[in-house]
Amino acid sequence: MSARAVVAAVVLSALLLASLAAATAIGSSGLAVGDVARAVLAHLGIGTNPLGPIDDGIVWELRLPRVLTAAAVGAGLALVGAIMQALTANQLADPYLLGLSSGASLGAVSVLLLGVSLLLPLAAFLGAIAALAITLALAGALGRITPSRTVLAGVAVSALGTALTSFVIFWTARGDAYQDVLNWLLGSVAGARWPQVAVAVGGFVVLGIPLIANGRVLDAFAFGDRMAASLGVNVTAVRWTLLGASAVLTGILVSVSGSIGFVGLVLPHAVRLIAGPRHGRLLPLVALVGAIYLVWADTAARTLLAPRELPVGIVTALVGAPVFALLLARRRGGA
Amino acid sequence: MSWMRDADASGGAGLDVRGLIVRVGRKELVHGAAFTAPPGAITALLGPNGAGKSTILRAIAGVESPAAGALAFGGEDLLGLRRRERARRVAFVEQDVATDLPIDVRDVVALGRTPYEPRWGGRDLGAPTAIDAALVAARAEGFAERRFASLSGGERQRVMLARALAQEPRLLLLDEPTNHLDVAAQLELLVLLREHTSRGMTIVTALHDLSLAADQADAVVVIADGRVVASGPARTTLTPELIRDVYGVTASWTENPVTGRPMLALGHPAA
Repeated sequence: MSARAVVAAVVLSALLLASLAAATAIGSSGLAVGDVARAVLAHLGIGTNPLGPIDDGIVWELRLPRVLTAAAVGAGLALVGAIMQALTANQLADPYLLGLSSGASLGAVSVLLLGVSLLLPLAAFLGAIAALAITLALAGALGRITPSRTVLAGVAVSALGTALTSFVIFWTARGDAYQDVLNWLLGSVAGARWPQVAVAVGGFVVLGIPLIANGRVLDAFAFGDRMAASLGVNVTAVRWTLLGASAVLTGILVSVSGSIGFVGLVLPHAVRLIAGPRHGRLLPLVALVGAIYLVWADTAARTLLAPRELPVGIVTALVGAPVFALLLARRRGGA
Repeated sequence: MSWMRDADASGGAGLDVRGLIVRVGRKELVHGAAFTAPPGAITALLGPNGAGKSTILRAIAGVESPAAGALAFGGEDLLGLRRRERARRVAFVEQDVATDLPIDVRDVVALGRTPYEPRWGGRDLGAPTAIDAALVAARAEGFAERRFASLSGGERQRVMLARALAQEPRLLLLDEPTNHLDVAAQLELLVLLREHTSRGMTIVTALHDLSLAADQADAVVVIADGRVVASGPARTTLTPELIRDVYGVTASWTENPVTGRPMLALGHPAA
């Protein structure tokens, strides 16, 4: 990374920490950021806790896990989106490109409606991986597995998964279950507690950080597979390793939060405008921006219409769609 | 073919292609092509569209894996080299490359350093020097800070050449590099390539312009239907009979009134 990129990464990291603290403090029972920070430190064994048991419970058991989950999910989705766009040379690629979110939805909605919501993360994860397997099998059945065939197969599998999900909802959902299903389909981190933090942050650390460390190889794909191969890149091995790791990470994140849209599509484009297209710079920055963005989107989702909560996916789409349109307009003008 | 043995006997070792068979998908596109390209010279691959020129270049560049055959360069077996090692010896300028990314020229040229980059982070210390040298050598230094997408066809071609030179190759492969270039830019490009052969680089380039190849290439390899049908110095290889058989046009060698050198004149068969 260049000196400027290092400075940007340090500034964004500081901004992320400040956002985590501020977002944990903001809410219906107004708390001071300083008290919240000291309470969190007290739980880590540093200093004394200034908060009473109720406020402390809100901070430590409800808000902090939610904020941390949002950060990990945002970082992971933005990162995977940037990688998918590079691997498929497709501007519209996002983490859900290969049918992952529709498979996860089918799995999740099925267990929600069966009333075994404890199994939801597992069912969503398995649904995502099953969808990926079907997409790849379908692409393989069409001939040599190429990026464009994979994308087309993903579109087909997405459509099928969505249809099946709709059918399951139509056939079985009653009353309150509708609300649960809708929340999940639109994406939400409202129910996140420490186990969800462990899954989301753990997934990001185990898969996301190695992806960032190896991201530089994606530069060679800027002009397509053939040039990458002539530059000495093992195109097949790199593609399937990065695609596999990205898909599993997406499956993990979706199992925690549902399929939150637009983060993985729009943020890579926005960050690329500022950081440039080289992945050594782009990937760490896009992950940081993704974390900050989803922390604030989720804060908006739970405070804007308080006491009612919006699924965060609505906020990311409401902000993401116009931003995406603006980016397209800029690209057209500036090339 | 005696000139090829002469090149070998003189101790130089250019590119040696033997029995090359390339399949793409289920289709066999190259059926046992064999030719040599002398070291430190420009060899032109000629032949009608679809003859297999690009496929042969891709196989030499390591983009397609041959189904059978041997590829040697400088006495080394190219197929036995690791990918990165091979990309440090052989660079390939493809036809009509494009990208949707908002990428700057200098970053494009930097891609040529990919085979030198340490795998897990770390810096390629030779990169800044090699990138600057490549930009100058390809006469692309004037637009190094511009966006690739904003360049003309000729400028893009020079950027791609700079990217290939940043690999510091000894064998440079080009696929129809004069496509979309005006006459001046075509000749300029060949002059540029000539400078590199004089420093020992071996160049193999597909060309669609027979007259340009006849005038500028040290050797030609004529390909039709995935096979080599003739090879050798342009003046003796590109006979009117061969050109009629391969391209279906009438040809005649004459003197170029502008340069005074032998020139290949082409025309439709007389009605």
